Amino acid sequence: MSTTEVSPTALKPPQSSVNVVTLLRQNLFNGWINSLITVVLGWLVITVLYQVVNWVFTDATWAPIVTNLRLFWVGRYPETVLWRVQACLALVLLLFGLSGGLWGGVVRAVASGLAALMVLLALLPFGGGMRLYLAGTALLLGAGFVGGLRFPRLLRWPTIMLWLLSPLIVILLIRGFVTWSVIPFVDTGLWGGLLLTIFLAVVGIVASFPLGVLLALGRRSKLPVVKGFCVAYIELIRGVPLITVLFMAMLMLPLFLPPHVRVDNLVRVLVAITLFSAAYLAENVRGGLQSVPNGQVEAARALGLNVFQSTVLIVLPQALRAVIPAIVGQFISLFKDTSLVSLVGLTELFGIARGVIEQPEWITVTGGVQREVLIFVGLIYWIFCFSMAQISRRIETRLGVGTR
Amino acid sequence: MTAKPANDDIIICRDVHKWYGDFHVLNGINATVRRGEVVVVFGPSGSGKSTFIRTINRLEEHQRGQIIVDGIEMSNDLRNIEAIRRETGMVFQQFNLFPHLTVLQNITLAPMWVRKRTRKEAEQTAHQLLERVGIREQALKYPGQLSGGQQQRVAIARALAMQPRIMLFDEPTSALDPEMIKEVLEVMKDLARSDITLVVVTHEMAFAREVADRMLFFDKGEIVEQGTPEQIFNNPQHDRTKLFLSQIL
Ligand SMILES: Nc1ncnc2c1ncn2[C@@H]1O[C@H](COP(=O)(O)OP(=O)(O)OP(=O)(O)O)[C@@H](O)[C@H]1O
Ligand SMILES: [Mg+2]
Repeated sequence: MSTTEVSPTALKPPQSSVNVVTLLRQNLFNGWINSLITVVLGWLVITVLYQVVNWVFTDATWAPIVTNLRLFWVGRYPETVLWRVQACLALVLLLFGLSGGLWGGVVRAVASGLAALMVLLALLPFGGGMRLYLAGTALLLGAGFVGGLRFPRLLRWPTIMLWLLSPLIVILLIRGFVTWSVIPFVDTGLWGGLLLTIFLAVVGIVASFPLGVLLALGRRSKLPVVKGFCVAYIELIRGVPLITVLFMAMLMLPLFLPPHVRVDNLVRVLVAITLFSAAYLAENVRGGLQSVPNGQVEAARALGLNVFQSTVLIVLPQALRAVIPAIVGQFISLFKDTSLVSLVGLTELFGIARGVIEQPEWITVTGGVQREVLIFVGLIYWIFCFSMAQISRRIETRLGVGTR
Repeated sequence: MTAKPANDDIIICRDVHKWYGDFHVLNGINATVRRGEVVVVFGPSGSGKSTFIRTINRLEEHQRGQIIVDGIEMSNDLRNIEAIRRETGMVFQQFNLFPHLTVLQNITLAPMWVRKRTRKEAEQTAHQLLERVGIREQALKYPGQLSGGQQQRVAIARALAMQPRIMLFDEPTSALDPEMIKEVLEVMKDLARSDITLVVVTHEMAFAREVADRMLFFDKGEIVEQGTPEQIFNNPQHDRTKLFLSQIL
């Protein structure tokens, strides 16, 4: 810090006085048209807000949500083996904790967010066992965090290995084995609720990303066959709605397969979602590829890097960085689009919502309960999508998109 | 450099032709460059200088004739092309640094992936090279945080990290402000004194006069005239050379 030999007023930018009245006047009441708009809009907002709050706390029937909470979380997954889902959640949270401690940055922010969420959930009035479990996961996450922070050398590789193995562990644990009574088989038809929504979204994202990148690269290929296939695929898929693809997967697939081959409904839906999302991703990635100047490839070639190396080390990192917002946008719509699978008979979050609305218990409620149920699932979708958008923003700032 | 045997030719071009569609960019180029020589290529805009220098490491494909670099004949065989590229470094007018990598990573990338050096070895070399081009303290910055002159010096260090026998420069100072041109030229003069072979496309005639062993004058896709800087500046033989020199000097 230097001493203040120069007059401080010459150094500091002009201070704007933070005064509530002038602030209001400048932003809301400058001119009579703006004043009028402010008054009318203010009145509208206040009345609507009043009505909503009033409805939430007096008229609304929240019983269908409270009594069906388990359905919303996991669908008809049997209560006796619910510990398997809880164990998976605990594992994933532990991994996030470890990673947050080990690597910091965006992962740390995500870990903190998850910890806060678990604590918040533990404070809600669930049954005692549930609250204990939620608090336990929060503690586990915290322990992982501290562990990662304190023993980075010891825990780095185990954490990476566990991350790589986690999809397998999760799928096997939740699905179980026909032949092994410790974790008996649970038919995928019983999976549901938020569990299924997250499963569909995560598998869809993880599987469609590499596929989309390959399609985008293929579309720029010099080989006419590869290029032609990629263009045809992308344009075909982008020309039909997801719901059509889903119905095709459910209804048409059996026609092409020999009669004794039965493909699990969940797998069909996953394939449909992945293939659909990959086509859109490919177009986003292609935009990124086009934004990388030719000189980058030339420099890489001149240094002796081969085609594969220059693509993976030079072109793709720049291309993907340029289109992070578009890619995350694509993932957010994928997350929301999973709600369409309820139309082909799977009971993910939205499917459960439709089921709950139609439960006979609520027939006597005047006006039905769809408002409450839809608001509830809407809120859950919103929390996830909003978090994804926030994570994307953090990644962007961290990678300095647009600044270097 | 004159001590080198005269028949030790590192670049040989025999009757090289190239067309862009109907446009004849390179029209029968015959040129040889000896090991350790500094060759300056100059000539009017659009005369094919860039195209010529880029055929030497196959950023452009020639359609007729023969190019032999360090004993390896340029063909469609990818292994030959990659072998030649390992021996030749290139510096571009627009720097073409990798913006997503730090200065250090820019320099260590190719040695690690192409020459299979360990990170430690590669970083050691990188630091030495940064010292040599005079920007030791910028190793951890990103290219976007450097001035043009600094970026071009990083680009030179990046090419040198592969320990090439030949360095190709395509107008390395044309995108720079005058005060930065000097710092880049100083680095190039330093290279000219080493035993690396340099082929430099440039309009910096003072630089050419000082360090070039030979100059090639390009016009309309042909080498119209070549000779030592002495011969070119003091006694040009062709009218086109005289005209061009009178325009730029
Ligand atoms: N990819 C291309 N397709 C068609 N024509 C091209 C292409 N690249 C270059 N040319 C043409 O070939 C000619 C030679 O180009 P080149 O870049 O080799 O010239 P140059 O001597 O380097 O000129 P300058 O001093 O402007 O860099 C120019 O007329 C240019 O318009
Ligand atoms: Mg040029």
